[in-house]
Amino acid sequence: MKTTTISNSKFRRKSIVAFLVFLGCFVLAVFSLGKLKSAKPKDGTPAPLRAALETNESIFYGLFGNRLTQTYPASMAAKKVRVNGNIGMNKDFEPENWKLQVIRKPGDTLFISLEEIRSLPKTEIIFDFKCIEGWDQISHWGGVRFSDFIKKYGLDEQAAKQFTGFVTPDGGYYVGIDNKSIMHPQTLLCYELNDKPLPMNQGYPLRLIIPVKYGVKHIKRIGSVFFSNVRPPDYWHERGYDYYCGL
Amino acid sequence: MKKIIRKHPLAIRWLHWINFPIMGLMVWSGLLIYWANGVYKLGWGDQTVLKFFPKNFYEALNVPFRLAEGMSIHFFFMWLFAINGFFYVAYLIFSRQWKYLLPEKRSWKEAWQVLLHDLRLRKTSPPQIKYNAAQRIAYTAVILMGIMMLLTGLAIYKPVQLNWLCKLLGGYAWARAEHFIFTILFCLFFLVHVLQVIFAGWNKFQAIITGFEVVKKNDLEESPPITIAETDKTTTE
Repeated sequence: MKTTTISNSKFRRKSIVAFLVFLGCFVLAVFSLGKLKSAKPKDGTPAPLRAALETNESIFYGLFGNRLTQTYPASMAAKKVRVNGNIGMNKDFEPENWKLQVIRKPGDTLFISLEEIRSLPKTEIIFDFKCIEGWDQISHWGGVRFSDFIKKYGLDEQAAKQFTGFVTPDGGYYVGIDNKSIMHPQTLLCYELNDKPLPMNQGYPLRLIIPVKYGVKHIKRIGSVFFSNVRPPDYWHERGYDYYCGL
Repeated sequence: MKKIIRKHPLAIRWLHWINFPIMGLMVWSGLLIYWANGVYKLGWGDQTVLKFFPKNFYEALNVPFRLAEGMSIHFFFMWLFAINGFFYVAYLIFSRQWKYLLPEKRSWKEAWQVLLHDLRLRKTSPPQIKYNAAQRIAYTAVILMGIMMLLTGLAIYKPVQLNWLCKLLGGYAWARAEHFIFTILFCLFFLVHVLQVIFAGWNKFQAIITGFEVVKKNDLEESPPITIAETDKTTTE
């Protein structure tokens, strides 16, 4: 550090300039923050922040490898599995009339019963389920791998589209999932929890288990599935959350 | 005429002040996120000494039900925090300013003397160049804390893609707790930092804006540089 001697006037001028720049930046920062907060919202989030979420998505979607989620022994799985949401699961649901609707293209729907789905090869996974709220729980699920299901029903052409959409029978809850995540080998159409049929509050008869996403994407009680090159509507995305939610 | 000492280079001043609002926004949006699963507490068994955070704390700050907002702010400013921090560390290395900042061997002993001095329990403080021993330790620790914030943050942001990192930090739940602990430590650092600035006085504070500090006569007498002591010796011979 150097010591120098300067005149009083030069000292005063230097100080004033420095403080004016500082003050200017301070005002600019407050102003930009105000602008950011009051920016027009896009899907429930100020547009610049939404743009940032989407930039993050393209970065991390590009880096997405088919890495497997860590799995655990069955003994570590929770006996009492946390129930966090019941949107899209109204009381007048009739399980006996349920069939999974797979919309191959508009006007061409495939109806598949639970028995048919159960007859496909079963895959089990015990993984750390992560909620967007911040809690996590090791839990044990069973069902058919989504990619196996696609193969079995000859839906490769549909599943090659950029997104897969899911909607509950009452239309109350819906999610959209990118292609790499839905075809991930640990993504299941799930009908079992801890080796027993899914309880009602966990989405009986069929729910999605997708370990590469936050819990919000693990839609319970799937009514219909469709495929699209534009983003399917997503319940929490419309309410300001990130669309991707990739882990 | 005024005798001044060039204390803080321009880059350090900019990077310091850019970091200030970014860090504020990161802590604030982090709080909005943490609220959604605010489970941490200090205590043992059923005994709670301090809950993070009490209900009226959240309500006073209007935190509840803003998780989506918190996440969108957090995942925007995380980039600015990382980039700014990167430039700060890079500048310290290339300008060799780290020489003033990193603790030296004697800093550990001296920091204790500085602490006693600052608590008004000791009359003199050890001589210093730019930062005293306690500052060296604190400012280095806060850089390490920043790095840990980034690493623990990344681990809970992408726990599947960065599974190795998440595992290294003790798993998802631990990484989240560590992220929280580093935030609390950072807030404590901030508190002490601001208090120390207030005690240090205007001349020292304005130096992080103007870059220079005015040298008063008695400043030099209080902590004579080692070179002066050596020249004294030669004159007595």
